[in-house]
Amino acid sequence: MGTEIGRVRGLGSAGHGAQHWWHHKLTAGSNFLLLVWLLTSIATLPSYDHATVRIWLQSAWVAVPMVLFIASVFYHFRLGLQVVIEDYAHKESRFVLTVLVTVFTFATAGTAIFSILKVAFGAAA
Amino acid sequence: MASKPARPRSPHLFSGPMQIHYRWSPAMTVSIVHRVTGTGMATVGTLLLVWWLAAIAAGPGAYGVFLDVFTTSTGSLNILGWVVGVGLTWSVFQHMMSGIRHLVLDTGAAFELKVNRRLAVLTFVASIALTVAFWLFLGIK
Ligand code: HEM
Repeated sequence: MGTEIGRVRGLGSAGHGAQHWWHHKLTAGSNFLLLVWLLTSIATLPSYDHATVRIWLQSAWVAVPMVLFIASVFYHFRLGLQVVIEDYAHKESRFVLTVLVTVFTFATAGTAIFSILKVAFGAAA
Repeated sequence: MASKPARPRSPHLFSGPMQIHYRWSPAMTVSIVHRVTGTGMATVGTLLLVWWLAAIAAGPGAYGVFLDVFTTSTGSLNILGWVVGVGLTWSVFQHMMSGIRHLVLDTGAAFELKVNRRLAVLTFVASIALTVAFWLFLGIK
């Protein structure tokens, strides 16, 4: 095993810390703007039945910011969950959890964006 | 070893019979609540959002299943609908307010004790006010 200093000496940092931090801050800003839009847009809908919500999501003025919302928020929480995992999990479990969170993020983002585009491009239900 | 003097240990909140080594401060609460709301929205919130979008795309049948889980037969929210609805909107507003606080602190501002404490408490006041305002608006519009 060697000494503790011996195990870390020369490894350096992964080199991505500053970018991770900065992207988290950038997406905090874009999340804020997109959330203000989404909350306002949902709150002012006349009702929440399927027909109303579908017509709402079909508009480019909703579908485009909605896709941007998914991209910004999902990237933001993927960065955030990685920090949480690295705080609590070590060794193998850290690796496994990081892979699971990555798969979860891509699977949910893919499903969300497909659903938005399907409605926006007017495919039959 | 036996005569080692008792020294303050960090950073654990609990040791021995649940002893807290630090005096509680609002900033600690905001910090952990930011993590809980962020993680909660990223997991529960994400699954609900994706379910909602997929149900809209799948059609009235699938959308009806989604609505049925959170509403009564008269169309108003059931207990689960209220818990999830208020919980999620409060999480959004609280994380948003503590997120803005993070960005303020990142500039090096608001580290004086009084201001820091006040800003921490303010995130809760603001998030509760915004949540109440949001649901009042939905109720009266
Ligand atoms: C108004 C919108 C938002 C703002 C301003 C915001 C801001 C922030 C900031 C500044 C951080 C970094 C905290 C740090 O450096 O320790 C953060 C962390 C995080 N955010 Fe957000 N956020 C927003 C929306 C969201 C949403 C919608 C989600 C989830 C769906 C989310 C999930 C997370 C997670 C999981 C973390 C990591 C928490 C931690 O490390 O303890 N955020 N957010």
